[in-house]
Amino acid sequence: MAKLLRYAGQVAFYGLFIGFIGYFSTSPAYQHLPADQALVKLTFSHPGQPKEPCRERSAEELAKLPPNMRIARQCARERSPVAVEFALDGKVVYAATLAPAGLQHDGNSTLYQRLPVAAGPHRISARLKDHVALPDYNYAKQAEVVLAPGQVFVMDFDARHGGFIFK
Amino acid sequence: MIRRALARLEGPFERVFGAASPMHHLGGLAFFLFWIVAASGIYLYIFFETSPDGAFRSVEYLTREQWYAGGVMRSLHRYASDGLMLTMTLHLLRELALGRFKGFRAFSWVTGVPLIWLVFFSGINGYWLVWDRLAQYVAIATSEWLDWLGVFGEPIARNFLHAGTLSERFFTLLVFLHLGVPLFLLAFTYVHVARISRPKTSPPAPLILGTIAALLALALVYPATSQGPAQLNTVAANVALDWFFLQLYPLLDTLGHGPVWAVAGGVTLLLVTLPWLGRRVREPVAVVDPANCNGCGRCFADCPFGAVVMQPHPDRPGHELAVVDPDLCGACGICAGACPSSTPFRSVAELVTGIDMPQRPVHQLRAELEHALDGLTGEAKVVVFGCDRAADVHPLRGPGVATVSLMCAAQLPPSFVDYALREGRADGVLVTGCRTSDCWFRFGADWVEQRFAHAREPHLRTRAARERVRVAWAGVTDLATLRTELERYRADLRRLAPAAPHTESKPRRIAHG
Repeated sequence: MAKLLRYAGQVAFYGLFIGFIGYFSTSPAYQHLPADQALVKLTFSHPGQPKEPCRERSAEELAKLPPNMRIARQCARERSPVAVEFALDGKVVYAATLAPAGLQHDGNSTLYQRLPVAAGPHRISARLKDHVALPDYNYAKQAEVVLAPGQVFVMDFDARHGGFIFK
Repeated sequence: MIRRALARLEGPFERVFGAASPMHHLGGLAFFLFWIVAASGIYLYIFFETSPDGAFRSVEYLTREQWYAGGVMRSLHRYASDGLMLTMTLHLLRELALGRFKGFRAFSWVTGVPLIWLVFFSGINGYWLVWDRLAQYVAIATSEWLDWLGVFGEPIARNFLHAGTLSERFFTLLVFLHLGVPLFLLAFTYVHVARISRPKTSPPAPLILGTIAALLALALVYPATSQGPAQLNTVAANVALDWFFLQLYPLLDTLGHGPVWAVAGGVTLLLVTLPWLGRRVREPVAVVDPANCNGCGRCFADCPFGAVVMQPHPDRPGHELAVVDPDLCGACGICAGACPSSTPFRSVAELVTGIDMPQRPVHQLRAELEHALDGLTGEAKVVVFGCDRAADVHPLRGPGVATVSLMCAAQLPPSFVDYALREGRADGVLVTGCRTSDCWFRFGADWVEQRFAHAREPHLRTRAARERVRVAWAGVTDLATLRTELERYRADLRRLAPAAPHTESKPRRIAHG
């Protein structure tokens, strides 16, 4: 009888064990984003223009260099920070000047921001200048969009494809 | 206080499972669950396609069309991983509650901390591979969390902007990580147990069978399934989280990435430094007396922490000498109980043994036993040898009951039992200590039982009838049970004829070397 009770206890224990694992392996569910919202992602990875303009080496300078390094045009590695501004319904929601990556500041300036917004129609705009010395933004785009609940709307940038890409 | 609470909590498990209580085999159970995860993972890998489209498709094929094999394997993979996380966490909390992380245990404790990170990483990384809605959520949330550190040239999260940014090579990298990190975890687990002897890396057979049966039942009744294919143009807004691995993720939304890093880093730092925080009480460690050590190696064989090694004897060519590593010594006294020189029958002026504990030397134990025997009166006279870490035996004292508490039950040299029973000074000896399979010093109960059963040196040589020696394991909360067992034992002794005097009635000199 005692042995039977022990076996029954073991069955109960294993039942609790798998019940605990089975339940918490999927429950309770987690609502990551409210059902009436969409998600706008502000992102890019873009190298700023060279911070200093390239210059031509003089003949004297070239003569001092080893023959295999005599390149007439000298360009500094450092890139300019990139300034960017995103607006939603006329209101600036993100604006920053982003430093280039790397110890030599010669990498891309990067951005990745999430912005939950109410689903529905919105007027969105983005501006970017890839050299801080420029008087104004040299890339800009705006659009009227209707965001569905749960939609991911990406505001990306690719200079090779003309600038901002809204997707 | 905590020990008592824990003992009460674990009591039902011991009543149901006996020596195979899962609470006493949490580390071994975690190890075993790892092997289930590894074996089922190998099967899944055979069918897995390493591409964004193929990943979900191949996992669905396993789950739906091959439910009897692939589906079961997938469920076992998932649920054994969850079980691993659960047992690992309980293992950590139990050792923490018992204060078993300082001094000689610090190495095992500290090397256990990276295992937590490796288990988390392996599990979270595994969820990416399914490439369903949950994978999408976990992949993006993890990437954003990692990107917060600012150490990556490009934000990892940009890989998940839309279907076009996700490459097959990225999935190959994920698979590589999901194979490599668990291998690293396995290697580090061996480091975790490297400094203890005979690590229990496998639970008892009944627990293995029960666990397999339970997980199989769960796999068949409630199979693990995917949550729809990942769609990067929509948010995986509502996900069924695996709370064993993903419990921190909701905090990323509520607290933010930096604070969650602070919590994770802070807890890690606290765990790593815990052995050196607070007051340190260093117990004196075992000391070897070369003159009395004959190099038999029994202390080396019995030490639960690998603190004793055998080295060539400096003065006796061809002989060995036990040497104690003080950093590893747990001050349990098991070595003194194993030493053949620890016999109270020796007639030397002061009883000195080959290896001994300065705080409770063998000559002191003999004096305590003598004193205890002198106080015994009446019938069914019993000497109870107890353990300082188990049920307190001193409340059992009475006219017919004498008690001697040891640092560990296995500190008791079996010859002390003979000594107590000689000339009928005691009618019986009761040895008690921590509950079965829950010895504070790991092997105390096992060694006592094996020595008494002539399965381990030094043997119990008692010339008295074996029924005059009894073993009853009792934890800190089991005094009442122990008292009942003692009374039952004394009743049995009353039914026996009075103990016959031993021939070995006087202390003698024994040879060494």
